[in-house]
Amino acid sequence: MSLNKNILGLIFANMHEDVIPELTRQRTMGSVLFGGRYRMIDFVLSSMTNSGVDEVGVVTKSNYQSLLDHLGSGREWDMARKIGGLHLLPPFSNVTSGMYRGRLEALYGISDFIKASAADYVIMSDCDVITGFDYDAIFEAHVKSGADITAVYARSALDLDAAAHSNVFGIDGDGRVTSVLIDPRISGECNVALNTYVISKSLLMKIISEGAAQGHYSFAKTILQDRCSEFKIIGYEHKSYFSKITSIKSYYDANMAILSTENRKALFRDDNPIYTKIRDNPPAKLAIGAKVRNSLIADGCIIEGTVENSVLFRGARVAKGSVVRNSIVMQDTVIGKNCTLDSVITDKVVKITEGKVLTGSSNYPIYIGKGAQI
Amino acid sequence: MFINLFCNERMKYKNMYTKKECVAMLLAGGQGSRLYALTQDMAKPAVPYGGKYRIIDFPLSNCVNSGIDTVGVLTQYQPLVLNDYIGNGQPWDLDKQYGGAHCLPPYQTALGAEWYKGTANAIYQNIAFVDRYSPEYVIILSGDHIYKMDYNDMLQFHKDKGADATIAVLDVPLDEASRFGIMITDDNGNIVDFEEKPKQPRSTLASMGIYVFTWAKLRQYLIDNENNPDEDKDFGKAIIPNMMNAGEKLVAYAFDGYWKDVGTLDSLWEANMDILNPNIPIDLYDPDWKMYSRNPVLPPQYFGENANVENSMVAEGCIIDGDIDFSVIFEGVTIEKGAKVTDSIIMPGSVIKEGAVVEYAIVGENSIVEKNARIGARPETVENRDDWGIAVVGHNQVITEGQKVGPKDMVPDIRKK
Repeated sequence: MSLNKNILGLIFANMHEDVIPELTRQRTMGSVLFGGRYRMIDFVLSSMTNSGVDEVGVVTKSNYQSLLDHLGSGREWDMARKIGGLHLLPPFSNVTSGMYRGRLEALYGISDFIKASAADYVIMSDCDVITGFDYDAIFEAHVKSGADITAVYARSALDLDAAAHSNVFGIDGDGRVTSVLIDPRISGECNVALNTYVISKSLLMKIISEGAAQGHYSFAKTILQDRCSEFKIIGYEHKSYFSKITSIKSYYDANMAILSTENRKALFRDDNPIYTKIRDNPPAKLAIGAKVRNSLIADGCIIEGTVENSVLFRGARVAKGSVVRNSIVMQDTVIGKNCTLDSVITDKVVKITEGKVLTGSSNYPIYIGKGAQI
Repeated sequence: MFINLFCNERMKYKNMYTKKECVAMLLAGGQGSRLYALTQDMAKPAVPYGGKYRIIDFPLSNCVNSGIDTVGVLTQYQPLVLNDYIGNGQPWDLDKQYGGAHCLPPYQTALGAEWYKGTANAIYQNIAFVDRYSPEYVIILSGDHIYKMDYNDMLQFHKDKGADATIAVLDVPLDEASRFGIMITDDNGNIVDFEEKPKQPRSTLASMGIYVFTWAKLRQYLIDNENNPDEDKDFGKAIIPNMMNAGEKLVAYAFDGYWKDVGTLDSLWEANMDILNPNIPIDLYDPDWKMYSRNPVLPPQYFGENANVENSMVAEGCIIDGDIDFSVIFEGVTIEKGAKVTDSIIMPGSVIKEGAVVEYAIVGENSIVEKNARIGARPETVENRDDWGIAVVGHNQVITEGQKVGPKDMVPDIRKK
């Protein structure tokens, strides 16, 4: 099935960074850490690998040092290939001065790359959705329906905040997208766009050059919204587990959600392993006196204190007498003796010295920036 | 003038790409018969150790950390798991254009085919491999030991002493010396005599099975050894005594770090427990001497609402909801609510179900211990200490509900065969 599918994958690493400005200050959306040992891009990129999409371009814009470091040659995703494989696409300055304003303009910047690909179809995804996409099934549906564009969505209850950072589709009885709301002020159950599209390469190239000629830059606005009666845009409902990041609160909730074994099993399916960069850490060590409940404790962690309802990334340390609750502790953070952390997000390599007490709240977790010492 | 320069440049280029100062040859064909059920389907170097490693990760990582980038891995017994594991050597940075890791199984030649008849014969059969790199020195390693060692220091020692062979030795307690090959040295550290497992040891310097040889010398001794049908094809039994008798310079290189032969079930169990003991110097968390391994693709380890885990190591992909104390839990293991695992080693992919108790035991890969089964027992619960020992469940076994596997028992028990 997955032989010669003839699909080019495009991943937009910088899109939606504005929803979590704290975490993307020094990195792309794609390189935001998630779930104890992952970066956001791992989910879409692994899904592409597992669906046999073996030619992938990663479109970047700014702050992509951490992304380059993470992806390297793409070997961990089986994407270090002679034929196809991973291509990193930094901004191409003489076309859009490097700083594209939207997906359409970004596509224009990489149009030579798309043109050079032998693929007949293009799948586009962003890095703000944590899920295992079944690109096989999405592609099959696209071919079967004869759609110009297949747009992936999920039925989900949005609050005002989440809706303000989402696109919402109106879909008729035949599955056709008839209206598109961009960042609407609504709430309730609706068809949320998961920012994943399938389109033929020829149509995409046409759209790109038209868009460039007319000075358009937004794919959602000028293609999906303005031309949804002209193009046959068919919705594809994604029914498996997902979380979409729309704010620091939703980022926090998405991490906490995978403490549920049921959610974890839905996200980390046997048929869709999630690959990530190898760090060669030893296993997690729980020392004498450690007490760990309902938590993810990644490789290289050394725990001497108490950890509850938390996600600890690789190489984190919790010293004796410290209590970490309802928190996200990122890579190589060191928590000294007798500290108490509740509802805190510490970024990478944070150092919390002895005896500190930090308390946020679950609807407003405290964020501590990369490399900070407290 | 121009032509001369060009020739020199070309020679330099040729030199750079045809020569390695030191090549490592790693003897990984051993069966490890005293690990019984654990080595029924895999060679001893492939046996899991330390929560996410296999024994062979230690010599391989030592090589890379010592700057040795050309390693021949000699395989023979049950090589499937080991060959798969080593692959192209990438996890150890040993996927090189020139050099790198190479699995070297026995092969057929125009003269016929034969198995590796001993450690020396295994190297003899691969003289052509070593010659490709024209090394000055060869380091012979085995895939049976857990230790961290800078081979470069040993190589430097070999050069400084102007030795023909250097043997790494460990000072062991006198009462244990008769388990090892013992080196007798003079005041200058020259080896003057050698005894294999002596009843009355004359020294406490035990050979660690790590040798540095000047390749030209070793090469000749290997050929002579092969041509002498009466000799054992073994380093300890033939090559070392032959070199000594011929008056070559053999020196002992003293090593004082942690080193453990994991050749028996007891020593494998102990070596795993050692990494849980902060007073034993085998620090796997040392960023300056990382141990590399082939990593599984699994989500992070999860500890549930009912988990009670102390003094233990737990690897990726584990789901832990039971009680664990003083244990090493490998990747992808599930320990259900109400299960108790103490002083034990649970290898990759195994499941310990509700109410099961595992004490002083080794459970192999992908085995299932059903509800309320009991594996092993604490030593103090057994009247006669001779009846006590580590309980072992092999790979891919199922222990049925309520089944008891007593201390010192083994499933399947291949000792009787």
